[in-house]
Amino acid sequence: MSIGFVGPRPESTPPAEPKRSQIAPVAEMVGILDSLPGGGLILTTVEAALNWGRAASIWPLTFGLACCAIEMMAAFASRFDLDRMGVIPRATPRQADLMIVAGRATLKMAPIVRRLWEQMPEPRYVISMGSCATCGGPFYYDNYSILKGIDQVVPVDVYVPGCPPRPEALIEGILKLQEQIKKEPFLRKQALDAIAARSAGPR
Amino acid sequence: MSMALRTEELMLNMGPQHPSTHGVLRLVVTLDGENIVDVKPDIGYLHSSVEKMMEHRLYVQNVSLADRGMDYLIAMQNEQVYCLAVERLAGIEVPERGKYLRVIFDELQRIASHLVWLGTWGIDLGATTVFLWCFREREMILDLFEKVTGGRLHHAYFRIGGVYVDPPAGWTDEVKTFLDYFDERVVEYDKLLTANPIFVARTKGVGVIDRRAAIAMGASGPVGRASGIAMDVRKVEPYEVYDRMHFDVPVLTDGDCFARYQVRLEEIRQASRIVRQALKELPGGEVRSRVPMTMKAPRGEAYARTESARGDLAIYLASDGEEMPYRVKIRAPSFSNLYALSEMMRGWKIADVIAILGSIDIVLSDVDR
Repeated sequence: MSIGFVGPRPESTPPAEPKRSQIAPVAEMVGILDSLPGGGLILTTVEAALNWGRAASIWPLTFGLACCAIEMMAAFASRFDLDRMGVIPRATPRQADLMIVAGRATLKMAPIVRRLWEQMPEPRYVISMGSCATCGGPFYYDNYSILKGIDQVVPVDVYVPGCPPRPEALIEGILKLQEQIKKEPFLRKQALDAIAARSAGPR
Repeated sequence: MSMALRTEELMLNMGPQHPSTHGVLRLVVTLDGENIVDVKPDIGYLHSSVEKMMEHRLYVQNVSLADRGMDYLIAMQNEQVYCLAVERLAGIEVPERGKYLRVIFDELQRIASHLVWLGTWGIDLGATTVFLWCFREREMILDLFEKVTGGRLHHAYFRIGGVYVDPPAGWTDEVKTFLDYFDERVVEYDKLLTANPIFVARTKGVGVIDRRAAIAMGASGPVGRASGIAMDVRKVEPYEVYDRMHFDVPVLTDGDCFARYQVRLEEIRQASRIVRQALKELPGGEVRSRVPMTMKAPRGEAYARTESARGDLAIYLASDGEEMPYRVKIRAPSFSNLYALSEMMRGWKIADVIAILGSIDIVLSDVDR
C-alpha cells in the first residue's frame, strides 16, 4: 500500500530527538516538573488543557454529498478507522464540531449546507474535502448547476485536495485541523472580547 | 390496509441531510398516525449537468467525466457503457484481451458496489458489524484496482477501443487469491444475516412490489429481479464477451426487501464465478486498438445498454460528425427504481421507511446526473 506524498529522507542527518509532543500531546504547552520526590507536577494553562481536549474529540457531522463521501466512509471503516483519533460521526448538526463537505454542492444544495453550518454550535470548523468542494473541480467549466467552491457559503478551515482524496489525505486534513485547534486562543479571545465590549461602554 | 382510527395527516420532511438517505435525497412523507399515506421523493440536489458537459468535451475526455458525473460507486461500469456507445457509433473494434479485461473489471466493480450497499444498509438496520466487514473486503478490491489503474474510486481505465494498460505481472494470481478468500466471506455474510431473526423481521414481507407494478414503474436490476422480472442485459443483449460466460441470473418473486437482499447476495457469488472464468480464458495480445486522441465519430446515433450494479444503465449518443458528441442521454437505473419507491412504501409504518429506502440501493449521483 502506498502512503502518499512522503519525500525521500536525507540520509546524512542524524535521527532527531523525540519531541515533547510525541511523548504526550499536552506537553507542547505545559511544563512537567517530574523531579519532585514522590511524584510529578504538571503546570499548564486552562486554555491549553481545554484545547487539547477539544482537538482530541472532533465530532464531524455525518454529511456526504457525492463521491468524496464514499472515501469519507472508507476513512471511518475498518482499515483507516478514524475513531482512534476521537473522530466519531454524529447524525445531527447540534452535536457536531466539524462539517466535512465531501463532494460537489449544487446551487440547490448550497443554502442547505449553509443552514446546517448555522445549526452547529460554536466553535465550529469546516473541512472542504476534494476538488469539487474546494473550487468546483472537474465541474468548473460548461456547467450550470454546481457551486464553484463551498467557501462561497461557509468559511473553510482546511482544504483537502484530490479527486477524490484518499482516506489518508482526509486523515492528514483532520490532523492539520487538530494542530490549528491546539494553537487557538480560545479563552483569551473570549476574555478580550468581553473587555472590548465593556470598554465600549453602555449603550 | 384498513385504518379504523383516522387522525389528522402529518407531513414529515426527511432529508436532504439525513444519515440514511444515502446521499442528498429529500422525502416528503405524508403520515396518518404511524402509517404512510404517501411518499414524494424530491430529487435534484446533486444535479451535475453532466449530459450538457459531455457535449463540450472530446469523446476521449468524456471517459473521466463518466466516472464522476454518473454513478460514483460503479465508475468502471459507467466507463463501460460510455465506451460501448462510442465504439458502436464509430465502429471501433475492441481486441479480445481488452474485452475480457473489461468483463473482469465490470464484475469486480459489481462486487465492490454491492458490498457498499450491504454495509450501509446494515448500518440503517442497526447492524454495524456488516458495515465493517463489507468495507474490509472492499478495500482489498480497491487495492487490486489501484495496482492496475492507480485510482481507488475513479479510474479512467476503460478507453475507447479497449482498456488503458495491461495489468502488472502477477495481478491475475492476486485476484484468484482474493476470490478464494472472498467466497468464504460471502458465506459469513450469509450466516450473519439470512438467519438473523432481527434482520428477517425488519425485511421479510416489507416493502412488497409485485411484478406488474415493477414493470409499470420501469424497475430494473436487482429490484426488478426480486419482483419476478427475469431480465438481465448481460443475457438478453450480451455485450463484450458475456455471451461466453457461464452464470445464473437469480430471479425471485417475493418482491420484498429480503428478496432484494437475496438477489444481490447471489449476484455477488455469480460475479465471483464470472471473474474466475474470465481469468481462466484470458487470451493474450493487445488490450487496445489504436484510436486517435481527437477522434471524430461519423454522423449518426447509437444506443448502448449494460447491466450495471443497479440495473439497466444505458447511453444514447447522437453525433453530427464533429469531435464532440452532439447529445448525450443517460438512462439511469436508480432514477427508475426511485419511482417504484412510493409504490413500495405506501401502507407501511414510518419505521420501515429506512429499510425500504436502503433496499432499492439508489445512488443520488445516478438519479440526478
